[in-house]
Amino acid sequence: MDNIIRLTPPLSDEVVASLKSGDRVLITGTIYTGRDAAHKRLVDLLDQGEPLPIPLQGEIIYFVGPTPAKPGKAIGSAGPTTSYRMDSYSPRLLAEGLKGMIGKGGRSAAVRAAITEYRGIYFAATGGAGALLAQRIKKAEVVAYADLGPEAIRRIEVEDFPVVVINDIYGNDLYEQGVLAYKR
Amino acid sequence: MREINVSEVVKTVSRLCSEANYNLGADMLAALDRALATEESANGKDIIAQLKENAAIATRDQVPICQDTGLAVIFVELGQEVRIVGGSLDEAINQGVRQGYQEGYLRKSACHPFTRANTGDNTPAIIHYRLVAGDNLKLIVAPKGGGSENMSRVVMLKPADGVAGIKAQVVEWVRQAGGNPCPPTIVGVGIGGNFEKSALLAKEALLREVGSRNPDPELQILEDDLLTAVNNLGVGPQGLGGRVTSFAVHVKMQPCHIASLPLAINIQCHAARHKEAVL
Repeated sequence: MDNIIRLTPPLSDEVVASLKSGDRVLITGTIYTGRDAAHKRLVDLLDQGEPLPIPLQGEIIYFVGPTPAKPGKAIGSAGPTTSYRMDSYSPRLLAEGLKGMIGKGGRSAAVRAAITEYRGIYFAATGGAGALLAQRIKKAEVVAYADLGPEAIRRIEVEDFPVVVINDIYGNDLYEQGVLAYKR
Repeated sequence: MREINVSEVVKTVSRLCSEANYNLGADMLAALDRALATEESANGKDIIAQLKENAAIATRDQVPICQDTGLAVIFVELGQEVRIVGGSLDEAINQGVRQGYQEGYLRKSACHPFTRANTGDNTPAIIHYRLVAGDNLKLIVAPKGGGSENMSRVVMLKPADGVAGIKAQVVEWVRQAGGNPCPPTIVGVGIGGNFEKSALLAKEALLREVGSRNPDPELQILEDDLLTAVNNLGVGPQGLGGRVTSFAVHVKMQPCHIASLPLAINIQCHAARHKEAVL
């Protein structure tokens, strides 16, 4: 927690390579939201050779389905959802240029391998801190798949959005390391 | 017979949906304070501090603690001397959920299992009825998120597996769940009954006040042993490593078939939400 790293997407290979599992990061800038249903549609489009509704190069996808915004608020509560449900789709998106993912919980061996191969990074935000994290989201706009409701893809503007690096390109996994350190 | 109009039920369920999603109970706030004092890992302490702040913001701004405002699980204790008038009780509860999730700006998370098309109003609610003595109607609204529910299971153990087998299953399952169910968690354990009853016992166990003693001394010992064992796993807050994997283990038990030893584990995330009202 001594060194807090500040990042703004799009992320370059160099920036991604500088990140290590356990790093505390504050993200400021534009990121995209997506859960299982949106991921499936993105991968289906790639399979059909169709263009995607959002850019992927260097971008970050936040696995979240927010609550409806109360009047006067940019967004409702917006904490991360469990990431393993995106495991079957993430390697494909990383291969297409996606750099960052924000969620919670462990990733599959295939995702971790893709993170190394395509130079990506997996961050966790605090699960269940939806009211707190929403305060770091300044703007939100649905940009694709409005029919999915909470699962639509949103472009959001974040300011000092707090995350921690779980999986880096060097094969480290903070979940494994953390548990080993405290296991009795 | 005492008459209760369904309009009262609609209004009450609707109100409880928001109340439960905005306000963490006093027992959980106290559990967070205890966890902050116990936790040794820097990441873990940081997360627990965030969860305390999050709970304070949610109550202050009357917004959901977590974006996963859950499927609405409703426990109904209907006094046998009550007559419900003005319509169907089942429909009134669902209408209360529909209204509560709409007016409370809560996320609608119910969908078709195959197409994943959202039902749009968070119904159908999951309703558990129990007929009890008296002339009251008690409604408990317990929204349950998908992340922790997904880390739950029923296992039909062999009688020979015994208490040791139960302990081994619970601990191994909490280990495998890791950070997925948003630890620190409450582990609800249902033992006995049959296949479906064990699951319901595990869910009911989650409703007990965190920090309270099990009325059965034998089960209290089991709870203490299990809590020590799951916290020794080192999973910690959010699975990042630490001392506090779970705030509590709650066990409910009842007799089972001579051939069986049903065990259900229902994990509850730190956003342990439930509010109740008596009509």
